[in-house]
Amino acid sequence: MSDVADIRDLTVTFATDGAPVTAVSGISLAAHAGEVLAIVGESGSGKTVTANTLLGLLPETATLSGAVIIRGADGETDVVHATHAQLRAMRGRDAAMVFQEPSTALNPVYTVGWQIAEGLRAHQKISRAQAKVRAIEILRTVGIPDPERRVDDFPHQFSGGQKQRVVIAMALVLNAGLIIADEPTTALDVTVQAEILELLRTCRDEFGATIVLITHNMGVVADLADRVIVMYRGDIVEQAPVRELFASPREPYTKELLAAVPRVGAGKSRTQGQDAAASAPTEAPADAVVVARAAEIGYPGRFGRGGVVAVKGVDFWVAPGEVVGLVGESGSGKTTIGRALVGLTEVMGGSLTVLGTEMRGATNRRLAPLRPEIGFVFQDPATSFNPLLTIAECIAEPLIVHGRARSPRAARARVDELLDAVRLPTAFGDRFPHELSGGQRQRASLARALALQPTLLIADEPTSALDVSVQATVLELFAQLQRELGFASLFISHDLAVIDEVADRIVVLRHGVIREQGTTAQVLGAPRDDYTKRLLASLPVPDPVAQAARRQEWERTREG
Amino acid sequence: MSTDASSRPAAVSDRTRPLADRIPVLSHLRRSVGLQRAMLVIGVVIVAVFVLVAAFAPLIAPYSWAQQSANGVDFATQQPPSAAHIWGTTVSGFDVFSRVIWGAQTALFAILAAIVFSLFIGVALGLLSGYFGGWLDRVLLVICDAIYAFPSLLLAIVMSIVISRGQSTLVGGILAAAISITVVFVPQYFRVVRAEVVRVKAEPFVDSARVIGVPLGRILVRHVLRNSTRTLPVVVTLNASEALLTLAGLGFLGFGIEATKAAEWGYDLNRSVADVTSGIWWTSIFPGLAIVLVVLGITLVGESLNDLSDPRLRTRRRAGGAA
Repeated sequence: MSDVADIRDLTVTFATDGAPVTAVSGISLAAHAGEVLAIVGESGSGKTVTANTLLGLLPETATLSGAVIIRGADGETDVVHATHAQLRAMRGRDAAMVFQEPSTALNPVYTVGWQIAEGLRAHQKISRAQAKVRAIEILRTVGIPDPERRVDDFPHQFSGGQKQRVVIAMALVLNAGLIIADEPTTALDVTVQAEILELLRTCRDEFGATIVLITHNMGVVADLADRVIVMYRGDIVEQAPVRELFASPREPYTKELLAAVPRVGAGKSRTQGQDAAASAPTEAPADAVVVARAAEIGYPGRFGRGGVVAVKGVDFWVAPGEVVGLVGESGSGKTTIGRALVGLTEVMGGSLTVLGTEMRGATNRRLAPLRPEIGFVFQDPATSFNPLLTIAECIAEPLIVHGRARSPRAARARVDELLDAVRLPTAFGDRFPHELSGGQRQRASLARALALQPTLLIADEPTSALDVSVQATVLELFAQLQRELGFASLFISHDLAVIDEVADRIVVLRHGVIREQGTTAQVLGAPRDDYTKRLLASLPVPDPVAQAARRQEWERTREG
Repeated sequence: MSTDASSRPAAVSDRTRPLADRIPVLSHLRRSVGLQRAMLVIGVVIVAVFVLVAAFAPLIAPYSWAQQSANGVDFATQQPPSAAHIWGTTVSGFDVFSRVIWGAQTALFAILAAIVFSLFIGVALGLLSGYFGGWLDRVLLVICDAIYAFPSLLLAIVMSIVISRGQSTLVGGILAAAISITVVFVPQYFRVVRAEVVRVKAEPFVDSARVIGVPLGRILVRHVLRNSTRTLPVVVTLNASEALLTLAGLGFLGFGIEATKAAEWGYDLNRSVADVTSGIWWTSIFPGLAIVLVVLGITLVGESLNDLSDPRLRTRRRAGGAA
């Protein structure tokens, strides 16, 4: 009786152009009233399909079997066999959804108040004025300041975290017993993520809502979940209460998954030692690969409009053979700096020298001799390869352009060498980018960046689009290649734990200004800046016991 | 969710895929089911018949397009269908059947010429405009918008007068028609390609090519253009039917090709207007039907390609197994 959602023997099959694909194969699970049930798994594990099934949100190409029962206050609904009308009545009233990307989950042309009222009007007869009162009330509950005024604002007038609060408000306003949150914090910054997790906890504790949390982030699971279900390739691998799962995972897959999660304090910050910090240089060495002095970087305006300065005067350097981690939240200007090093964004003031060449006002011609010396790894491996060329042709492109080979065929020997270096089978060279998985593509991307043996490698969030276990192997590969080839690197990431794995020194960036820089051990072990401290405190650790203690610590820093 | 699991069955290299899967229309045919397949098949059959008739017109047509006598005997004018003239004769004593068959050739030439001209110009302009942006982009966009503002037939008439002073030979007439159609269509190709280029140039793989130091021309052709032509087959087929309608419209209004230079359906319809009131149906029905059928066929192909190219519009067989 106390199960709010009950899935029995659910199988979901999708029709495709090729053979049908089974996304979920015969799983059974139940969400008990008032608990947070986390479904974790890598991409392709079927966790999102399972969540969408709960609301009957699958596309027409899907075929369902089994039973999915949603129990609300007014009876139960079998989603698999329900009519459209029954589904519509159930959605919002008994179960609601919080989407991953709050900026696309809200309709940009209506006010948030209207959108909250829309849900109310769909289920009950309610006057416009009454709906607005309820909307203001619920906005206040989810922590939107000054709700009487904000209720008439449009989604673009809210920040990312506030938009997610509005989406949660829409889920709460009808008092749905079940809230399905599909990666609710993935698109948000760490400091905002901590606040949203706090809000979801309030939903459970004060509204008695049951939350089905879909996520790949073990830190989030440790922070919020009561019970965890681990999925792999459409099947349930293990389910257990959260402390039990983290303390003593039974299945080998779960163990692997937990071991792959990077933790702050487990990487270079541990091996480096504090004495290295003391002897760290505070001035750029004479042979530094990159030197920035009061560099202002941005986007100049067009047609007489003023430009935007994204990076407001930064000083940092990258010494030869050194990995510098650039950390910051979205909008901090970290990607802008990375792109400026290769001339993709413009240096508008100060000075930025790369390998002795001044980037301010540099023309394409002056940058040409620099190109073979710099490699670049992009964030999204899915789009950083020309989809019409084979992997071998893509990797051969720099070799051909710089005259090291005349055709892709002539370059093949070197390409095979590179594929071997990044531990990909050489036969993969004949495949097209879409035929490789994300991790394989990112290795190929690394191979392309290293094709000309650069002295500087810029890696822009190279692992943030990858699953944890894949991320771990790519990071390991990166560290190994860096040791062997000795290139200097600027490693850009929003994830402190990832930076800890690879970086020798860390630069913390916020709103285009450097807040703190120093050796990894120093910045992560003994942060001096308040922002760095907050960043570290917001990061959920994949351990429920430690995270509970950290959460109290975080609440203290927030009040203080 | 990544496409990791769903892309696995397709893990076969494009190079090793059968040829039929890589040719636009054929690959669509293999992917289609149900009503969409029927539409595509009907369209393809009509277009195939049209092209065959055009190619073998000299063999199929019993007379030439401007022949008014055989064996020294003049054809009687406005004769109903008979054994000698199976679709009858016109007011000028031309054989209707022969003119409809020869008309297919003229129509095909005009369609091909119009598409080739507008495709090359439109794609080149769209590529440059989309990639470089700036003032070139602004100016071209304004010109295209200005051209959109004119009714296309009016524009075609003006162009036809400018190019050939209204009347002309087979080559001149077809070129006049093709160029006037080109002027109308270039903005469409321009818009489509430009939109794609603007999208593609923001993709990381283009940035990656720039970072590597790939020369500009190579970026444009190898990385941008090749990824921007996906929607073109659909636009080409849809424009082909419009090209035919414009050619027929020009002919009907008297700006087409003279009867003695080539057979043209629009011109024939123009000449048959007076016949309709006197009960002579065969001079208008057959050329009119030819126009309708060819336009229908090409449009069916175009619309089906449009639906099939879009995974969201494409219908699929339902997955087997459970309810």
